[in-house]
Amino acid sequence: MSGPSLNGDTRIGVYVCHCGTNIAGPIDVEAVTEYAAGLPGVVVARAYKYMCSDPGQELITHDILEEGLDRVVVASCSPSLHEETFRRAVAKGGVNPYLFQMVNIREHGSWVHDDVEMATAKAKDLVRAGVARVRFHRPLEPRRVPVDGSAMVVGGGIAGIHAALTLANAGKHVYLVEREPTIGGHMAQFDKTFPTLDCAACILTPKMTQVRNHPNITLWTMAEVVEVDGFVGAYRVKVRHEPRFIIEDACVGCLECIDVCVFRNGKTPDEFNLGLSKRKPIYIPFPQAVPQVVVIDPEACIEFRAGCRKKTCVEVCADRNAIDFQQVATFDEVEVGTIVLATGFKTFDAGRIPYYGYGRYDNVYTALEVERLVNAAGPTTGEVVLRDGRTPQSVGIIHCVGSRDENTNTHCSRVCCMYSLKLAHLMKEKTGAEVYNFYIDMRTPGKGMEEFYNRVGSEGVHFIRGKVGDVYPEAGDTGRLVLQAEDTLLGRIRKIPVDMVVLATGIEPQSDAEDVRRLFNITCSAGGFFMERHPKLAPVSTFTDGVFLAGTCQGPRDIPDTVAQAGAAAAEALALIDAGSILLEPNTAFVSAEDCSGCKTCIGMCPYQAIAHIDGKAVINEVLCKGCGTCVAACPSGAIHQNLFDDDEIFEEILGVLIHA
Amino acid sequence: MPETTTDTSSNGFEPRIVAFFCNWCTYLAADLAGTSRMKYAPNARVIRVMCSGRVDPQFVLEALANGADGVLIGGCHPGDCHYQEGNYKALRRFKLLQRMVADLGVEEERLRLEWISAAEADRVRVVMDEMTDQLRRLGPFRHEEAVMAIAAQQPQEVPV
Ligand SMILES: Cc1cc2nc3c(=O)[nH]c(=O)nc-3n(C[C@H](O)[C@H](O)[C@H](O)COP(=O)(O)OP(=O)(O)OC[C@H]3O[C@@H](n4cnc5c(N)ncnc54)[C@H](O)[C@@H]3O)c2cc1C
Ligand code: FES
Repeated sequence: MSGPSLNGDTRIGVYVCHCGTNIAGPIDVEAVTEYAAGLPGVVVARAYKYMCSDPGQELITHDILEEGLDRVVVASCSPSLHEETFRRAVAKGGVNPYLFQMVNIREHGSWVHDDVEMATAKAKDLVRAGVARVRFHRPLEPRRVPVDGSAMVVGGGIAGIHAALTLANAGKHVYLVEREPTIGGHMAQFDKTFPTLDCAACILTPKMTQVRNHPNITLWTMAEVVEVDGFVGAYRVKVRHEPRFIIEDACVGCLECIDVCVFRNGKTPDEFNLGLSKRKPIYIPFPQAVPQVVVIDPEACIEFRAGCRKKTCVEVCADRNAIDFQQVATFDEVEVGTIVLATGFKTFDAGRIPYYGYGRYDNVYTALEVERLVNAAGPTTGEVVLRDGRTPQSVGIIHCVGSRDENTNTHCSRVCCMYSLKLAHLMKEKTGAEVYNFYIDMRTPGKGMEEFYNRVGSEGVHFIRGKVGDVYPEAGDTGRLVLQAEDTLLGRIRKIPVDMVVLATGIEPQSDAEDVRRLFNITCSAGGFFMERHPKLAPVSTFTDGVFLAGTCQGPRDIPDTVAQAGAAAAEALALIDAGSILLEPNTAFVSAEDCSGCKTCIGMCPYQAIAHIDGKAVINEVLCKGCGTCVAACPSGAIHQNLFDDDEIFEEILGVLIHA
Repeated sequence: MPETTTDTSSNGFEPRIVAFFCNWCTYLAADLAGTSRMKYAPNARVIRVMCSGRVDPQFVLEALANGADGVLIGGCHPGDCHYQEGNYKALRRFKLLQRMVADLGVEEERLRLEWISAAEADRVRVVMDEMTDQLRRLGPFRHEEAVMAIAAQQPQEVPV
């Protein structure tokens, strides 16, 4: 199957972009343009400063009308940036937008090569290939697929909560999937939030309750996505519900069952308090947990091992009958148009830096543990008592633990300086202790942040610029730990004994980020956080249409930024849903029946079961085809074609990059 | 032999590489190398395909027969293909192709398959430089002989 206009009189226009000096520096744009003008079928070749600007696009539309162009090539940046822009310009001129080819001479040219001669030669090769290929392009229509009106939000931290509420308030149905027994994420563990020192619970729990009560939100806790099928507009998502051993609708949250449990005292380290307290086998993560429903931990409950003779919990629950020891995992399958991922972060494992003594010395804490210690609803009701029962008189906070370090993470976690200042303030307020902050650089960008730093400084907190190199017990059994660091401002080694060491552990991708990313068919950036489609222009989109990112799963950030981003993700999802349909690239494959020998080779190639064997021939279902082209490459008869990437187009491109016309 | 534009350097042999990069990983990695202003050898010409699974062995032979000194295929890491398993298909074809071209006397360095994720811009740089270097040392591909041999052996059954 070949293009319709190979009759020598194709009228191609070639446009070479300067992109200011971005392209015109390392590439001789004029030479490329001149060269393009001489290529077969080319009737106009122009260079312009910024092709993507309005006048640049108008050049194309104008030439189509004036010169009767029927094909267009633009040599500029990556198609992932401006292919759509130029297709629109072509369509505006009245030519089918797919009779267009974009040639990447910036990302793949001027930005990666210094040698003008070589870079220019390469640009010429690429333009020649584009011109050769575009002659074979056929007019196409984009595929329009409907978008299901509901959305899924994965992760119920502040990001997921905010995204879910925004979507739900706009009248969309939202499935919010959280794997813990409660929503809230990390923010639920904090006492106060920087820089305003708002009470975290006071601002978070109302939102959590709203989620619970919202008629448009289906909240699934203890749930995880296990399968994702389909595509933008119609994702089919399978969710696994872990047994809670409590019938959610029957539990009224009276918590009486916890009181009467045969375990008088908790024996299991409390996850929510990071092990700083113990909980019973039947518990609620924290008083304001949403949903207000208890959980039974089958590892701890004796009913699951030996059988509990008393079953006091069942007894007290009485006719509410909410306890069900027989529960097993169940599954739900739902269809949604779009998905927002808000799976958050994990904190750096402090044990990875042994010389800070975490896990070895009792009085070394992580910042998250201290968040619980200073929390009025925490294990010590907000009193800062050390593991040895003392109240600290001096505290050393080590910044950048697991951040900005070649051996752990090279990135800055963005929130540690600020939360260290917050904790310094809270410790001082609660204990009157001397607080020493050991920092590399103080990073306090953003509204109210530097002001907060100044405030904490004026409260008498000490700042020492230096990386702590060692933490060791003070001689003479004082119970204190010595922090040794080189004070780079004074230029000398300092050894400061303290009662308590706080490690400002950094923000890392979730440990299962790789699995989640695969599940949703998205990409991770170098540091392991989910990758956005474009760092500046599409910061909440991914390369998978209809899947958006919110919060720290995309990179370290604080709560205000998380909420802003979650709003943006919800807005993008809304735009998609409200449009009702989305246009997809028409790059599907199709079978030319007369060439098909019926060998069925293609059928096993297709990961989407889009190919059927009907009356001795292969038939591709265009709706199921996603356009990978694997079947095309596999067909021994050359009977399968792929729009935009057909054999003739690619062969021309190969010859084009190699051979002078 | 057809005239080409790449062979511009006077002080030595500059290999021509045809690269097929999948749209979702390796092509984006190459874009990122650009945005990050990494510098690498200008010898490869990248042809974008939606998936490495689209790369028909005939594309590779066509490139070799028409003046390429090497062919590079870039796709997503195993398990990461945007279309689930196109890269496994690519790998299988590549193995067969390697055997076939070896039979034709083509040095193995001339064909390369790389898994490069969208984040691994530096890997693009390294692979481009490495392959260019290797081919420089190996010298030009004897196209005339290969063309004859490939024409004689044009595979009837495409390995899948
Ligand atoms: C010690 C410390 C103190 C901080 N103090 C402040 C502060 O004072 N002010 C401030 O602005 N910022 C502060 N931050 C930053 C703040 O924690 C984050 O900005 C915020 O919590 C990010 O919210 P999130 O929803 O993106 O992630 P998270 O809070 O991590 O929430 C993610 C949620 O997703 C769930 N989840 C994860 N994976 C899955 C899955 N596969 N399926 C289903 N659910 C899943 C998790 O269980 C969790 O509930 C602090 C951070 C730390 C470490
Ligand atoms: S999309 Fe990259 S290999 Fe399939």
